Amino acid sequence: MLKLENISLKIDGNPLFSRLNLEVNAGQVTTVMGPSGCGKSSLLAHLCGTLPSVFQTSGKIILHDRTLDNLPPHERKLGILFQDDLLFPHLSVGENLAFALPAKIRHQERRDKIEQALEEIELSGMYERDPASLSGGQRARVALMRTLLAQPEALLLDEPFSKLDQELRGRFRKQVFAHAVKNRLPTLLVTHDPADAKAAGGDILSL
Amino acid sequence: MATTIRTVSLLPAFPILTQLLFLLPIAAGLFGVLLPALGYLPDLGGNQFHFEIFSQLLEHPALPHAVWLTLFSGIIATILSLSLAVLLAAMLSRESLTGNKKNKKTSLFAIIRRGLIPLIAVPHAAMALGLAFLVAPSGWIVRWLSFLFMGWETPPEWVTVQDPFGLSLIFGLVLKETPYLLLMILAALQQIRAQEYIRIGQSLGYGNSLSWLKLVLPQVYPLIRLPVFAVLAFSLSVVDVALILGPTTPPTLSVLILRWIDDPDLSFRFLASAGAVLLLLLTLGSLIFWRFSEWLIFQKCRNWLSNGKRGNVNEVHNLAALSGSLLLGTAFLSLLGLAFWSLSLRWPYPLVLPQRWTSRNWERHWSSLQETAFTTLEVGVITGIIALFLVVGCLENEQWRSVRFSLRSQWMLYLPLLIPQATFLLGIQILAVRMEMDGTFLLLVWSHLLFVLPYIFLTLADPWRNLDARFPKIGQCLGASPLRILFHIKLPLLLKPLLVAAAIGFAVSVAQYLPTLFAGGGRFATLTTEAVSYAAGADRRVIGVYGFLQALFPWIALLLALAIPRWRFRNRAALL
Repeated sequence: MLKLENISLKIDGNPLFSRLNLEVNAGQVTTVMGPSGCGKSSLLAHLCGTLPSVFQTSGKIILHDRTLDNLPPHERKLGILFQDDLLFPHLSVGENLAFALPAKIRHQERRDKIEQALEEIELSGMYERDPASLSGGQRARVALMRTLLAQPEALLLDEPFSKLDQELRGRFRKQVFAHAVKNRLPTLLVTHDPADAKAAGGDILSL
Repeated sequence: MATTIRTVSLLPAFPILTQLLFLLPIAAGLFGVLLPALGYLPDLGGNQFHFEIFSQLLEHPALPHAVWLTLFSGIIATILSLSLAVLLAAMLSRESLTGNKKNKKTSLFAIIRRGLIPLIAVPHAAMALGLAFLVAPSGWIVRWLSFLFMGWETPPEWVTVQDPFGLSLIFGLVLKETPYLLLMILAALQQIRAQEYIRIGQSLGYGNSLSWLKLVLPQVYPLIRLPVFAVLAFSLSVVDVALILGPTTPPTLSVLILRWIDDPDLSFRFLASAGAVLLLLLTLGSLIFWRFSEWLIFQKCRNWLSNGKRGNVNEVHNLAALSGSLLLGTAFLSLLGLAFWSLSLRWPYPLVLPQRWTSRNWERHWSSLQETAFTTLEVGVITGIIALFLVVGCLENEQWRSVRFSLRSQWMLYLPLLIPQATFLLGIQILAVRMEMDGTFLLLVWSHLLFVLPYIFLTLADPWRNLDARFPKIGQCLGASPLRILFHIKLPLLLKPLLVAAAIGFAVSVAQYLPTLFAGGGRFATLTTEAVSYAAGADRRVIGVYGFLQALFPWIALLLALAIPRWRFRNRAALL
């Protein structure tokens, strides 16, 4: 369970929002909605621990039994998907996935996991492919799989559907939510598209 | 960042270490030169402080002329280089605006730019050696004139190289400094939205060039002030170019200082130290004078900026085309001349091409070439690696702790480029002799680092800061530590700027003359010190061999820096 207690965000003393309380259960998708500039992306950055220091924050983030506030970003186990797929351009498709896979999985098992993951996103045999040569939909799927392979304990979605075209969007949305349910991940979606919120099917919060 | 990370908490050490490595030798150098200038140098029997050495210096018969020459050549060279660079930059941004590929004159500027920018990597000494042959009375230009029109049997009795007014020295400096300033201006143009301002100017009825002068230049100049200062300080205190192209009786102040140091009578070291202090004062005075002139010109031009006169300044177009081509042609022919000489068996006046070609010059000097080339490589590579390590540490510190590099730090980076080399390096040498550290490899690398690090920093800082910050962020969210992000995301993504910066650092190291001579205590022969020492001899074939190889070294480094990322990322479309 992902729990936010009394989260407040200020920039230069001006509050973006204050005393936000939220609970997301395993496998559930909660949507945060609001116009651009309301601080919804900053909220996710704060959860990840990557918010620039110009922001002042208070409150408490709890994931399962851990308090995240004092953990560095790479120890928080929060997976995030952005609007852009942000596949690393210098790595192959398979290497992008391998970057996320924990180091303790080694040798043949590591390669097998990646091949299996590629198969799951219908990209079998594309380990060596240049990410720049993939279609938009394929790239989005690689980004999703990369996030999941890092074995996160919760999923954050920062408008990851908004740049996909209409048809692709619906399909990818379904895939993402299915994975969230399957892996029992508490999921927080940030969007300004009501269709996203409707598809998520969980609680909706307006900022 | 709300959280501290163990590796990140080590980062503040980098800027502190870098500052120490910079300030320590400079402070020590200034100290080390000031004491003997005031008469204190116990090793040579100076136990008391007094001002007699300065009065001795001021009464020296060669001094007034040397001072005049230094100021004249340094200031004129800076004014010319800056004007040419501004002119060419204006023409270039005009071209990128109209994008008119059919116009022959505009594409000429693209060629000039492509040709000029790589000249930054050519060591000053190599360029000067090539130029010396080109413009000498028995040089290439005269030979072609004689061959085509004049039919001179003997070389004309002109004094061109080492002329008493230092004109060839000025020319040699302009040849090297214009490309550097041009690159700095082009980089600055990207920071301000130059093209938009020109469009606004045009829509208000100003011509392209005038919009550039009235709207862009006033914004660009503050951004390139430090590089201009560095050019001025360098031109005032340059030694290798002045040895090759500058007048000899008397020479410029920096060369005079070098002569006093080389004097077998060791008591001349007092005079040399006083001369070095004077050179420092002259440089500081010139920088202040330049800053004041800037201010004055700006005051005078304020009215001109907004007087509403649209006017037409199309004449400058031809002037820019002419001077740009002249620079590029001279540089190209200078280097070609070196290559030809290195391959000639006999090339007497008035032949325009060698009478017989040979590889004998290279073979004869092969073993000593190998040795000097290896020393050059060793110093350049080791210095480059240390500088890269420090620069990357400083840039990482800046990003992880979100502190911005302050203006003060930027001035500090430029400090070794603003203080005359002859001044603080002489001081370092005097102190090093006392501490029995002179002629050590450590000191040599350290002295090169002072000049290599600023250029590596300036080359790498912008690409590093402009890297899409979301890549490291997503790396963090995937569970990667800062160190893993550095090695697996940032360094590979920035491979090209990283290697280009390393190549530029290497080129700077290769070009160093005075640091190698002073900090190396004369014990390390690099391609540059050898080339300059052969310059005094008459054998142009040997000069050709050393000069050409010296020019070739940085080129190879630069080519590798461009080729390696292309090969490494041949299957990564987004990075090509």
